[in-house]
Amino acid sequence: MTDFFKSRLFLVSILVIAIAATLPLYVSGYVLGLLTVAYYFGVFAMAWDLLFGFAGEVNFGPTFLIGVGAYTAGILNNQYGWSVYLCIFLGAMAAVIAGFVLALPALRVRGPYFGLTTLVAVLMLQNFVVVFAELTGGEIGLTIPDVITISANINYWIALGFMAISGAILYGLSQSPVGLVLQASGQDPVQAGALGFNIVKHKLFAFIVSAFFSGLSGALLVFYFGTASVGTVVDVAVGVNVIVAAVLGGRRTVLGAALGAIFLIVAGEFLRPTGELATFIVSFVALLVVLFFPGGFLGAALSREARS
Amino acid sequence: MDARINSRPTLQVRGLVKRFGGLTAVKNLSLDLHDGEILGLIGPNGSGKSTAMKSIMGIERPTAGEVTFEGENLAGLPAHKIARKGFGMVFQHSRPLNRQTVLENIMVALLPDSLFMLFPDKALTERAKWIAERVGLGPVVNRKPPTLPFADLRRLELAKAIARDPKVVLVDEPFAGLTLAEVGTFSELIRSFRDEGRAVLLVDHNVKSVAALVDRVLAMYLGEEIVTGRADEVMRNETVRRVYLGGALETHARPETSFKDAVPALEVKNLDVRYGKAQALENVSIHIHHGEFVSIVGLNGAGKTTLFNAISGFLPYSGDIVRDGEKLRGISPAKIARSGIVQCPESRELFGEMTVRENLDLGGQHLSEAERERQLTWLFELFPILKARQDQLAQTLSGGEQQMLAIGRALMMQPKILILDEPTLGLAPVILEQLSKALEKLRQTTSITVLLGEQNVTFALPHADRVYVLEHARIVWEGDPGRFAAEAGEGYL
Repeated sequence: MTDFFKSRLFLVSILVIAIAATLPLYVSGYVLGLLTVAYYFGVFAMAWDLLFGFAGEVNFGPTFLIGVGAYTAGILNNQYGWSVYLCIFLGAMAAVIAGFVLALPALRVRGPYFGLTTLVAVLMLQNFVVVFAELTGGEIGLTIPDVITISANINYWIALGFMAISGAILYGLSQSPVGLVLQASGQDPVQAGALGFNIVKHKLFAFIVSAFFSGLSGALLVFYFGTASVGTVVDVAVGVNVIVAAVLGGRRTVLGAALGAIFLIVAGEFLRPTGELATFIVSFVALLVVLFFPGGFLGAALSREARS
Repeated sequence: MDARINSRPTLQVRGLVKRFGGLTAVKNLSLDLHDGEILGLIGPNGSGKSTAMKSIMGIERPTAGEVTFEGENLAGLPAHKIARKGFGMVFQHSRPLNRQTVLENIMVALLPDSLFMLFPDKALTERAKWIAERVGLGPVVNRKPPTLPFADLRRLELAKAIARDPKVVLVDEPFAGLTLAEVGTFSELIRSFRDEGRAVLLVDHNVKSVAALVDRVLAMYLGEEIVTGRADEVMRNETVRRVYLGGALETHARPETSFKDAVPALEVKNLDVRYGKAQALENVSIHIHHGEFVSIVGLNGAGKTTLFNAISGFLPYSGDIVRDGEKLRGISPAKIARSGIVQCPESRELFGEMTVRENLDLGGQHLSEAERERQLTWLFELFPILKARQDQLAQTLSGGEQQMLAIGRALMMQPKILILDEPTLGLAPVILEQLSKALEKLRQTTSITVLLGEQNVTFALPHADRVYVLEHARIVWEGDPGRFAAEAGEGYL
């Protein structure tokens, strides 16, 4: 662990975060707003990589966890007017409970069925939001009365700090003994079992950690937006973006996932003048990376370093 | 040794049964394993030895029976619990963590099954280093698995299995893929496990390869124990010999003059096939009479498969392939197959996720329902095992059963000429005997013309009316099987 504080990765990360923290001094509020969203997305993607890269489980429904966190926090604030921080905390807890309830039976089924179960969960959540419109705001969206702050700068710093801390925890976890066992369980579950590791316990743990960060980030995001809607935190398309971001950034790197998310959102915005084509171009680049650099941005960089 | 036998065994397996659906892979198996003893669990492919080992380890949940370890019945516990009781298993194939070093890979095996171990323990690193030295990985501890040679990857498997100092070590095919020198080193390592007082259970195909290493051998066949004893006793055992060596070589050739057809069923004339610059077949000429059984004998790479693929229309060639006086050139492979030249390829090409019955029905697709039923009934007489396995997925069959299914599916197409390419590939001798009987029945009760390609001479000769020897792309010998041993047998028997 002490080696880590001297490693290049650590120094580069600190440097990048330090530079990012100074951005409000010289960029427009528009760019800050964009990056704020991108940072929350970065946490979604990192939390997802813990499951896919390490536990070896493809969660097609990251937005189930995100959505439960976001809507729980939003509804509590909207209905009862509880404090923002309490709502955010309860949102994260709700995501953990929902994740646990979903994963416990889902981890018993093998292979692609786990992924399908998570996908169905998203569709159910989406349906729930639409049907119980009085509570959830339905298709129009849920208005959230309170905000953390109206300052774009502070919102930006909160998002950056949250991403940095989440990244540090998730990355640290992935490199810890628990992370190693998780990786072994993902790669060769039979052998990991024969080495004396309870696979289901470890994967369940990963799912809960992933759920916690997804839900927390989702809750923070809706308090930034001031509204929660299916299109921003639940829709399958949002989940696909999270997955693409993580894969783009590099499987099994955690930090790469955040880079991928920032790239996706910023690139999408840059290409806005191309209109409808923007999504197509970003998707096409993502497809090229997945096909030709399956290791992703950071994966490619790391393997080059390993070779030299 | 005798004192040990009298002492209480460390591991006692009683009445172990493992069923997969209708297939009983392990039937009522019992064995004793003592401290400081190596027991070999031996059996041909599909005999259930690996399943037995996995059932002991808890990777497969036993259907019935007891696995008693130090007085406690472990049967039914999951693998991770059994491992923590003091079991280690050496896998034949594994996927190490490629981004971690060898040392870190060994460390993983030492970790507790806890979610609260967030920082590695210094003592674990020391222990991992010691284990690495112990199995001969000392010089490469800081390398990553993808850069290691195969033998070192196997050492890594050994290291992981013994990391937590297990009392019982299970080893799946210890020598698979190793060179002779490496086999020596690995034998030494496994012997050293025994000398440390561990109980070792080895699984392997035949007695000979582990005879020098094991104290006792338990030979299995079709899920059951045949005999247990010292390696030399087991090798002398009558049943074991029959299972492994099959019957004596007999030939029943019908002389060529007994085939009265004016035009042969199939004639290959001056066939040349090239793959780029390489000449795969050179001036090959053979002929087969209606109803005749012809074997093409040749080692790997001699050109057998090329010849068959040319006949089936998959390859361009020069020369002629003539069937009943008509040239086959220019006719599509599908048409050739439908006209009755059916090839059963060496890779079998079964539809793994379809049932046995569905595979067979696909073969008989062109038949009317009544005709298909009749053909199936006939086929099930030829291969009774396929009848029993009808509803099972093809991929869950043993190698021998898959081969029978592949032949069965070809027969459902009602071939006039059946081409069998290396049906014995990878099969245990006992399966060969069953296949052999089926072929004999085919020869005696039907008029199907058979062209068999083989490198296993003891399998190819008994049924053949005539034999061709294919060597380096050319036919070098032709004659009746009785003369084969004397004239061409050298290098094959």
